[in-house]
Amino acid sequence: MEALVAGKKAFAYTAAHAIDPARPTIVFLHGAGLDHSWWGLQSRYFGYHGRNVLAADLPGHGRSEGPPLAGIEAMADWVMALMDAAGVAKAAVVGHSMGALIALECAARHPARVTGIALIGVAYPMKVSDAFLEAAQANDHAAYDMETIWGHAAQVPLAGNPSPGMWMYGDTLARLARLASGVLHCDLSACNAYAGGLESAAKVRCPAQFVLGSRDVMTPPKSAQALAAAIAGARSTLIAPSGHSLMSEAPDATLEALIAWAKPLS
Amino acid sequence: MSSPKYPGFDTLALHAGHSPDPATGSRAVPIYQTTSYVFRDSEHAASLFNMERAGHVYSRISNPTVAVLEERMAALEGGVGSIATASGQAALHLAVATLMDAGSHIVASASLYGGSHNLLGYTLKRFGIDTTFVVPRDLDAWRHAIRPETRLLFGETLGNPGLDVLDIPAVSAIAHQAGLPLLVDATFTTPWLMKPFELGADLLYHSATKFLGGHGIAIGGVIVDSGRFDWEKSGKFPQLTAPYSGFHNMDFEEESGTRAFLLRARREGLRDFGACMAPMTAFQILQGIETLHLRMPRHVESTRKVVDFLAGHAAVGKVLYPERPDHPDHALAKKLLARGCGAVFSFDIRGGPGTNPRQAGRKFIESLRVFSHLANVGDAKSLVIHPATTTHYRMSDEDLVRAGIGPGTVRLSIGLEDAQDLVEDLDRGLKVAMRAASPG
Repeated sequence: MEALVAGKKAFAYTAAHAIDPARPTIVFLHGAGLDHSWWGLQSRYFGYHGRNVLAADLPGHGRSEGPPLAGIEAMADWVMALMDAAGVAKAAVVGHSMGALIALECAARHPARVTGIALIGVAYPMKVSDAFLEAAQANDHAAYDMETIWGHAAQVPLAGNPSPGMWMYGDTLARLARLASGVLHCDLSACNAYAGGLESAAKVRCPAQFVLGSRDVMTPPKSAQALAAAIAGARSTLIAPSGHSLMSEAPDATLEALIAWAKPLS
Repeated sequence: MSSPKYPGFDTLALHAGHSPDPATGSRAVPIYQTTSYVFRDSEHAASLFNMERAGHVYSRISNPTVAVLEERMAALEGGVGSIATASGQAALHLAVATLMDAGSHIVASASLYGGSHNLLGYTLKRFGIDTTFVVPRDLDAWRHAIRPETRLLFGETLGNPGLDVLDIPAVSAIAHQAGLPLLVDATFTTPWLMKPFELGADLLYHSATKFLGGHGIAIGGVIVDSGRFDWEKSGKFPQLTAPYSGFHNMDFEEESGTRAFLLRARREGLRDFGACMAPMTAFQILQGIETLHLRMPRHVESTRKVVDFLAGHAAVGKVLYPERPDHPDHALAKKLLARGCGAVFSFDIRGGPGTNPRQAGRKFIESLRVFSHLANVGDAKSLVIHPATTTHYRMSDEDLVRAGIGPGTVRLSIGLEDAQDLVEDLDRGLKVAMRAASPG
């Protein structure tokens, strides 16, 4: 689906279905430097199982026009504008990494419009190392290497991919290679600067599900504990032996966690 | 936190794509000799068919053993993924069939393996796909041959049989300027000698039958996608960017972005054309890949010794090896092939005054004892063939000349035997050829 959001072309994958007002909607939000296709299996599943899906390309990512937005709060407001453009009043929001912070902000800032949140591969605070930020700012390929290697469990390059014939490192690098310069740095800076997590967590009133990878070195599970404790009734699922890229490293387990979370929301 | 590091080539060659089997602990890659896979329930089955879950359905589409080979090759080449096929020819066909329809056009190097020349020059014409062949080092020819209906530029990293070095950075720039991808056949170089994606190629394939396997016991191919070509931006590939009624109106690029080519190639090409790789074949090729980084340096080292010997022999005319200063692509080879120019090359038997080079070539080949006369390259055993009467016999004289093949051209594939034994075998053969060709 293409729409104008804040005067710019925006894209969201809908699993080849038109938005049906009678169906509940799930919004999927990707992480830093990535795009809607990171949710390929999971978004497609829900699109063919009774939900509207809006797997967004955030501004400056994938098919959505730039520039990228500077700040998690601005991204959350953009998500609401995307829902407006799609004619969606309420939605459950799933986010990965940076997208998880956006989902959290969506629930805190717009509680009447968010029916549930699923935070995948999340940490708070989501601090980014100086070396990573500096490399991204310089548009140095080292930043892509850090995102790729730290973004997967250590065993990934020497193990099989659940999707036959695919090479996870290569896929991440190819995705990042399509980014306009400065986008990754903008995203990482937004994660690094985000400071309202615990306050926003306290405002969440909808069901919240954490999905964490046991071997995640980018956002280690222990770094999500404080955030989970701050959200009333939050549930957490630890997926072993996944790293940060749960949707590709453990697609079925991630999907099962989302199915269980989404079921009562409808 | 220190900078992260990728596993090295040698480690990937041994491990990428495979974890010890969870059911048995098998360290070696198991041969999943099965056609099909039991579904957990009807819902699981439907999800697999509709690509909502990862997994295997039927071994024509994917197989766990074959998937290890595919992932390993993608890792070694730096691609997003790959698809193993029944042969290298099947890999080339899969690429073409995925990217274009009748009415499309290809610009290809004239210096190709004879089988590829047949496919492009004759067979695909029957299906409405036309090819213009160009001298690979003539960059203007590449540029001028592109038409509005062109969908692919194609060449071999080292052309067959004259070892023309494809200027991948320059040809890929021409392709990209026209919104087109560059496909290369990387069979002669393997990922150990060259990484075509780092030079600008978008897609590559191998005849895995050759150096990847190395043992000469299995026919196979593999096509790898860099994931770097932006099909949507190009606007020339509705096969990947428009809804496809043959698969639930899927728009492959929208669905999967960097994986669009491989997704359609697997879900349409393997499904409908069916030129898949057998699991036993994948296992056999994997055994070869595990030692690729050990074998290729030895292949190159022995080739250099043989080339030096032939270049100094009175019965030998031209020796076409890009490491030699008299090869027209010597400078380019130094730039693109720092580890060496492979182990397949050709030379011309000069014979004596008034002799017939074709007859001299035949006598030479028939007198060899260590080299095997057969139609293959890239084996651990040294091989020899006479292209004008075998691999390229369907080509016209004009096309032969354009491909740099003469009546006395002999192609060698240098194996892993003692290099001195190879030199002595060739020396004996050349003496016999000289005597046989002598007017007296």
